[in-house]
Amino acid sequence: MKKIILAAAAATVLSMPMAVNAAEDIAVPTQEWSFNGLLGTFDKQQLQRGLQVYREVCAACHGLKYIAFRNFEALGYSEGQIKALAEEHQVEDGPDEFGDMFMRPAKASDYLPAPFPNDAVARMANGGALPPDLSLITKARPNGPDYVYNLMLGYEDPPADVELMPGMSYNKYFPGHQIAMGVQVFDDRVAYADGTEATSEQIAKDVTAFLHWAAEPKLEARHSMGLKVMLYTLLFTVLAYLLKVRIWSRLEKK
Amino acid sequence: MSTEKSIWRKAYEWHEERLPIIGFLDHTIGTKYPAPKNLNYWWNFGSLALVILGIMIATGIFLAMNYTPHADHAFDSVERIMREVNYGWVLRYMHANGASFFFIVVYIHIFRGMYYGSYKAPREVLWWMGIIIFLLMMATAFMGYVLPWGQMSFWGATVITNLFSAIPLVGDEIVTFLWGGFSVDNPTLNRFFALHYLLPFVIVAVVFLHIWALHIPGSNNPLGIEATPADKIPFHPYYTSKDAFGTGVMLLVFFAVVFWLPNSMGHPDNYTPANPLVTPPHIVPEWYFLPFYAILRAVPDKLLGVILMFSAILILFVLPWLDTARVRSATFRPIFKVFFWIFVADGVLLTWCGAQLPEGLPLVLGRLGTAWYFLHFIVFLPVIGWLETPKPLPASISEPVIKPAE
Amino acid sequence: MSNTAHAHAADAGGESRRDFLLHSTVAVGTLGGVMMVWPLLDSMNPAADTLSLSTTEFSVDGIEPGQGITVVWRGKPVFVRHRTASEIEAAETVDMDDLPDPQADDARVQNPEFLILVGVCTHLGCIPLGMKQTEPRGDFGGWFCPCHGSHYDTSGRIRRGPAPANLEVPPYEFVSDTTVRIG
Repeated sequence: MKKIILAAAAATVLSMPMAVNAAEDIAVPTQEWSFNGLLGTFDKQQLQRGLQVYREVCAACHGLKYIAFRNFEALGYSEGQIKALAEEHQVEDGPDEFGDMFMRPAKASDYLPAPFPNDAVARMANGGALPPDLSLITKARPNGPDYVYNLMLGYEDPPADVELMPGMSYNKYFPGHQIAMGVQVFDDRVAYADGTEATSEQIAKDVTAFLHWAAEPKLEARHSMGLKVMLYTLLFTVLAYLLKVRIWSRLEKK
Repeated sequence: MSTEKSIWRKAYEWHEERLPIIGFLDHTIGTKYPAPKNLNYWWNFGSLALVILGIMIATGIFLAMNYTPHADHAFDSVERIMREVNYGWVLRYMHANGASFFFIVVYIHIFRGMYYGSYKAPREVLWWMGIIIFLLMMATAFMGYVLPWGQMSFWGATVITNLFSAIPLVGDEIVTFLWGGFSVDNPTLNRFFALHYLLPFVIVAVVFLHIWALHIPGSNNPLGIEATPADKIPFHPYYTSKDAFGTGVMLLVFFAVVFWLPNSMGHPDNYTPANPLVTPPHIVPEWYFLPFYAILRAVPDKLLGVILMFSAILILFVLPWLDTARVRSATFRPIFKVFFWIFVADGVLLTWCGAQLPEGLPLVLGRLGTAWYFLHFIVFLPVIGWLETPKPLPASISEPVIKPAE
Repeated sequence: MSNTAHAHAADAGGESRRDFLLHSTVAVGTLGGVMMVWPLLDSMNPAADTLSLSTTEFSVDGIEPGQGITVVWRGKPVFVRHRTASEIEAAETVDMDDLPDPQADDARVQNPEFLILVGVCTHLGCIPLGMKQTEPRGDFGGWFCPCHGSHYDTSGRIRRGPAPANLEVPPYEFVSDTTVRIG
């Protein structure tokens, strides 16, 4: 029996993706996150702050296309608050009876509108660079949440031997170190509605947690369902083991 | 005691007379199918593979109800499944991780067969059916990974389909035929979806043949010697209960991954939508293809690499004849045992190499590992079979302790 | 071959325990299997985004008496007709005995000027004609279903033809004098 568990564990571990040899492996300092761990959860208050950061700092350039306004119920907002928040945004609808597209206030069922109508406009507005949609960013990068957090705070002056290309900034954690996005997170960049002190670390933490929620809104359900499933499966496995032993004990009596 | 049968008993017998399903099951996995009594836990992995196949088909069918196989909508439809569809995230994570677990279980199952000589006469066709299932699994998994239409989906498809251009004379035409166009695009995705839905049922059919081929000679056993009727026990309840327990253990590991490490065996780049104009810095296939990927890249010549990669699997078909030993089980083959474990280590090495860029140390090791892989089959196995003196075999399964040969 | 009598004698004390173990293992396993099936089936129920589109709002401002618009609600057409005085009177003065599915007009409208109905024939689901000026309205001034010839009146009630029931009135409310929310 030990063998089978060992084999399973070994097989699982061995099958983890081996360290990918990128041109350079940039180690990212790990952070503590409320959503990590067996029963990790999101901190709704933090998510609300993160949403505020996203709207005030990021939304001008980065879309969040897979999130609908109604999803903010998970952050603790009421139906009325969500409706009001949605109505602050305009979305395209139509065509109307004249065949024209028109703008109207967003409803709860609408998805967050993109900051630019298409990629070409996005590039024009950002010196040729395309700001990626952030709905999945923490899953689309290795060590996603740690990476995003450290990226926000990783801006510094380039070392002497690095020639910074025009329009680029130096970032310790961005692959290649030259990133088109300028530094966005600094102390008091936002004034938190709940009064929390808005240090750059706090801002980076909150927006990263929010983005991880945007990437994995089912995380809490996954953890809680997982616990129930594991306990039940454990019960079954124990019973099955006892039954197997008792059935096989007949052989000894021959 | 009443001699009158109950209505249930009569109905059951009426049906069994016409289509003896229960009798059939009883003779294949029930009380009438005898199996060697000394099977160890390495024999659980066949039933585990069947359980996972069932999970993959069930989750796959329900995922297909919400998936859109069009290049413009595929990625979005998968995200919709993850976010909007009731329990969609459970289905998706079970299906994606189930594929990895299917390969973990099947690799162990194959290595079990190699260690205990289960491929030897009279089980050669059973072994062949297994290799065919393995090939079908690889095709199914390859096409399945394309469906989310992420960066790795697209570029993995591009790299692997491009391999066929290595075929002399007609290579380019074949690739255009596979693509349905001039690059991997919507026609490719659509046909991959159709085939991905189809092949698992072909696998089911071959699994049926696989089990049928097994039931003619019956199972091998850890000692590798023929099991007499006295050495056998009914499959039910002995191995049904043992397989149930084994299934429980596997599910514990499986659910642990699904619910807490659901993206650990995937690649982050596949959460970026496919972009035909941007190649990811590092294209990596899913882990279960890595050893073959390493073999492919071991030689600088494209055609030779392709031939070598396919040969690595096709050579398995002739394993029963390459291994010249008369003794089945590695338990009694001390030299073979060492080479077996080296072979396993070689597999792990090739897996690691497949994940690296093919340069420097990984390339050297990949070449050595590839050379060893083929040497193992073509040279070592035949030679060991001829030259090795196996340990004395026990008289029977029931009496494994025998007097030493002095 | 196991000696069943011997086994039974030895297990005499454990016999009932073994049954309990067997039954509980089978029960837990079967229940586990059933529980694994539930997410599969529930995934077929309407998803969150589908459910979020289960209400729709529209304005009746600009619809002249005698005119109507068709809006889409839950994938189906909804007829919104601004009734003329004569249409209202015809609807209100019908004898209940003449109706295959008797229902008073005031039970079918909140504001008698605006008739809001699901535009799906209660026979087999075709969309009745009558919203466009050029379309026939049947013999009772309401709607006419071309598939099998059902006639609906100015309250959307079935009058003649194979349809068994009146056109369905969806749940709606006037959130303002001119804005209606359905669902």
